[in-house]
Amino acid sequence: MILDTLVDIAQKNSLIVAFVVVGIVVWFSYFLSRVLTQGRLHGSAIAIAIGLVLAWTGGAVKGGTSGLADIEWLAGIGIMGGAMFRDFAIIATAFGARLDDLKSSGLVGTASIFIGVVLSFAVGAIVAVGFGYKDPVSISTIGAGAATYIVGPVTGTALGASSEVIALSVGAGLVKSILVMIGTPLVAKSIGLDNSRSAMIYGGLMGTTSGVAAGLAATDPKLVPYGAMTATFYTGVGCLLAPSVLFLLVRTLAV
Amino acid sequence: MIIYGVAILSLSMLAGLFIGDLLGIAIGVKANVGGVGIAMLILILLDNNPRKKMQLAPITTKGITFWSAMYIPIVVAMAAKQNVYGALTGGPLALLAGTLAVACSFALIPLMTKLSEEKRPPKGEEPE
Repeated sequence: MILDTLVDIAQKNSLIVAFVVVGIVVWFSYFLSRVLTQGRLHGSAIAIAIGLVLAWTGGAVKGGTSGLADIEWLAGIGIMGGAMFRDFAIIATAFGARLDDLKSSGLVGTASIFIGVVLSFAVGAIVAVGFGYKDPVSISTIGAGAATYIVGPVTGTALGASSEVIALSVGAGLVKSILVMIGTPLVAKSIGLDNSRSAMIYGGLMGTTSGVAAGLAATDPKLVPYGAMTATFYTGVGCLLAPSVLFLLVRTLAV
Repeated sequence: MIIYGVAILSLSMLAGLFIGDLLGIAIGVKANVGGVGIAMLILILLDNNPRKKMQLAPITTKGITFWSAMYIPIVVAMAAKQNVYGALTGGPLALLAGTLAVACSFALIPLMTKLSEEKRPPKGEEPE
């Protein structure tokens, strides 16, 4: 009886439940950061890692694609962490960013988007060839997936790739975005990710909005607007280049 | 009022997404091209407005800075709704392609940063 009532309230107010759950996760993470690592590992990095572990648990229990949000009474996590609130908060971080910093790195930031798309595509395509794929459509689709998990299916659909190749491309993109979330705070120091310029280059090279958003949050939230600025153009550029120029290039090389 | 700030932020987002969609249509791509980035630019331009009269009142900016402060919790929720299970069960090809793409991109960051800095005049010297 009491449990049913609780579950009922939680389901009707799922976004509010999400605020409580995320609040507890963040509090616990900052506690761990202080006690276990003396603040060396950022609390937000731990919180994001815990979030990913919870997402894995949700996927393992429910078999869905939305991680923890597939559990009915935690559906609010899906709203709070969905694209609408994510983009809203990313845009809000731009308030206080310096226009001069953006301008002075604008050129290299733009270049990094194009270099990033071509680099990830090439790496994905080479891996696909290594696994025995020979047709240009499959190679290009998997290459596009290594750019982001949106560029992959968009390219695959445009070129008429098989559904299992499209699924593989989404898989590659998912691995990329999750690895960027976890890896960024760990390598930030050694790759010089500590100023607005390198943050813009980082956003352009990585391109996955979710990965960059979480990676910079875990490293230094002040860098978020600079990385996010270039990253949000990446998927569009990828959808432009992958099914056209890059596919033609693969087809020429494959023959 | 706080709602003014929230409304300005929301309007920036909608305007940015709209322009991003138009850009996508213009270049024939089935995706929003930089909508969020354009929205950020709109907000930055509003914030950097040189005319004192048009500057936002402190209480108005709270409607924006609140959402900026909610950024990390929202990202934690975003992490919790990722298809991590799908990524880890995607097989060796997906794992290898994703991992190598990230490794190569990370490796290129210091190189590109260095190259872009060499083009600028070194500190202490007068720019021409």
